[in-house]
Amino acid sequence: MIPESFRIPLGTWIESGVEWLTDTFEVVFDLIKTVLLALFDAVELVFAGPPWWLVALVLSGIALWAKGWRLAVGALLGFVLVLGVDQWDNAMATLALVVVASTIALAIGVPLGIWAARSDRVSTAVRPVLDFMQTMPAFVYLIPVVVIFLTGPVPGIVATIVFALAPGVRFTELGIRQVDREVVEAGHAFGSPPRRILREIQVPLAMPTIMAGVNQVIMLSLSMVVISGLVGARGLGQPVVSSLGRIDVALGFEAGIAVVILAMYLDRVTAGLSDRSPVARALRATAA
Amino acid sequence: MTALRADGVYKVFGRRPGEAVRRLREGATRDDVKGLGTAAVIDASFEVQPGETFVVMGLSGSGKSTLIRMLNGLWRPTAGSVTLGDADLSTVSARELREIRRRRVSMVFQHFALLPHRTIIDNAAYPLALQDVDRTERRRRAGEALEMVGLAGWEDHLPAQLSGGMRQRVGLARALAADTDVLLMDEAFSALDPLIRREMQEQLLELQQTLGKTIVFITHDLNEAMHLGDRIAVMRDGRIVQIGTSEQILSDPANDYVAQFVADVDKSRVLTAASVMVRPAALVTTSGGPRTALREMREAQASAAYLVDRDRRFRGVLRDEDVVAAQRAGTEDLTTLVQDGLTPVAVDAPLMDVFAPSAESPLPVPVVDERGRLVGVIPRVTLLEAMSPTEVDA
Ligand SMILES: Nc1ncnc2c1ncn2[C@@H]1O[C@H](COP(=O)(O)OP(=O)(O)OP(=O)(O)O)[C@@H](O)[C@H]1O
Ligand SMILES: [Mg+2]
Repeated sequence: MIPESFRIPLGTWIESGVEWLTDTFEVVFDLIKTVLLALFDAVELVFAGPPWWLVALVLSGIALWAKGWRLAVGALLGFVLVLGVDQWDNAMATLALVVVASTIALAIGVPLGIWAARSDRVSTAVRPVLDFMQTMPAFVYLIPVVVIFLTGPVPGIVATIVFALAPGVRFTELGIRQVDREVVEAGHAFGSPPRRILREIQVPLAMPTIMAGVNQVIMLSLSMVVISGLVGARGLGQPVVSSLGRIDVALGFEAGIAVVILAMYLDRVTAGLSDRSPVARALRATAA
Repeated sequence: MTALRADGVYKVFGRRPGEAVRRLREGATRDDVKGLGTAAVIDASFEVQPGETFVVMGLSGSGKSTLIRMLNGLWRPTAGSVTLGDADLSTVSARELREIRRRRVSMVFQHFALLPHRTIIDNAAYPLALQDVDRTERRRRAGEALEMVGLAGWEDHLPAQLSGGMRQRVGLARALAADTDVLLMDEAFSALDPLIRREMQEQLLELQQTLGKTIVFITHDLNEAMHLGDRIAVMRDGRIVQIGTSEQILSDPANDYVAQFVADVDKSRVLTAASVMVRPAALVTTSGGPRTALREMREAQASAAYLVDRDRRFRGVLRDEDVVAAQRAGTEDLTTLVQDGLTPVAVDAPLMDVFAPSAESPLPVPVVDERGRLVGVIPRVTLLEAMSPTEVDA
């Protein structure tokens, strides 16, 4: 029998915790907000500023370099479709959000992953935090983020970073731990300092796995886009959210297809980049 | 000064290594301490002299790779110490250890351990880059090392494009390029096919003669061990059960395990003339005449005598009937009576090289040292006896 009065006020505690955070670190949060907003505006300007055809051509050019002409042509067609359904500006805002969020997530995640790979203690400490971040429903931590950062692109970016961080750490740690132990030993045996072993052996050999992590981070960022539309971040999330409110199938589908096109583009390009790493090339040489 | 010394070295993998070492010191076996961890190396002590090739031999899992990894500090011994030159590896700082590895000791890995994303030449030049050798010099020295192992022309390939044996030679070239005094080689030739393997062994011996490196060579092939090693350590279940020259191990195995091990060795390649030769029965100097020669032969009940000059240099063989004839004819100079057909062998020649001369003549084959002096003879029966398998007691 559970007594009527039994109730752990966990939610209330968290709530007052968040309030306390907001008050105490107001200056810090304001600073973060300003910096992220400036970053986002700058990146968005790069994508949305120039005429659409120029941006589409450059993006297709990147696809050409990363993978080949097939992907480049496909990307170009996709971008024309995005323009055709009148989602160009939203798509560019989303792209800017993904670029900012995943760059920051990787800038935190990859070094953390390297650290975790080199220290079992860090690894054990980090793991439950990552589990928490990955499994907690994204909507839930959107709430405190909104309390702290109010609305606009910043809460979207922060929530996206938190949500997408984990695979960056995990894949990096896994990749480095998987590197052939004897090759690392060879580095030590010839007197290489640990830093140089990291730079010359561990990171290059882990690169295919790290790139898979990069890919995951980007895809997760993109999937947060719709959710961040809820809190007023510009981008493809907004038409999705409003179409849901108005039961507007047409608009919902058009915005949805734009998300899919961006996702495919980002996925193929990062996969292409990972194939271009020296190790991936060396592995292909075996088959040749 | 010794080049390398191990003092009571233990390595135990597992949860309670310290406790395992204590039990092992009290005489427990590897199996006794299984619950505490894997005792990979147990109480290993030896010294390697500068210029010596020290071979560690043993079956798979006997702890050879673990032992060699402690010799350059890749792994720390659970107990005991390793001294390289004047440096005790257990007390040097990480920085000094790196410096030692850059300048004084290099290693060939059992599974090659090449950098897969770098070309062959860059792999061979890897230690030189760490020694801060400049680019052109690096390429030159790495190129030389590759040429030494027969891989000229493969510089710009990637390791994945080479066969296993070729990759192993890249690993060897890398260690040679480092040009350190001490070379640790973990089954460095095991992935090579027999012909190239033989070639590499000869090359290593040749290299040893000119460069005089200190080599610790690991192998599970007894013939290779006997061929290359000045001394051999036989390992079994983590312990070194015998250390000695190949001949000591062959002719005087420390226990049944070693005896079993050496039972099927190709002795004709390992044992040298010196190990089986005996004193010549009848010996005459050139200053003596036919009469002295005949008396010697009579006393030794031999039908021939070995003729040497005043410096004991071998001059030939005298047969009884020739000497008798000479005595009748009044000839005094014994050198004119020497018969053709008995080629002397060098004292360090493998027994394999004694077969041919032994077949030429029923007389014992004379053995001479590097100055041509007669030091012994090998009767055919001794030769055959030496070639029969070592008896293994049940
Ligand atoms: N890192 C490790 N952790 C735990 N046990 C290990 C480790 N390395 C080696 N061992 C164990 O130590 C023992 C000796 O291994 P080692 O690799 O030294 O043998 P080896 O003589 O080199 O064999 P091989 O001829 O197969 O190379 C084996 O039982 C092995 O399982
Ligand atoms: Mg081994």
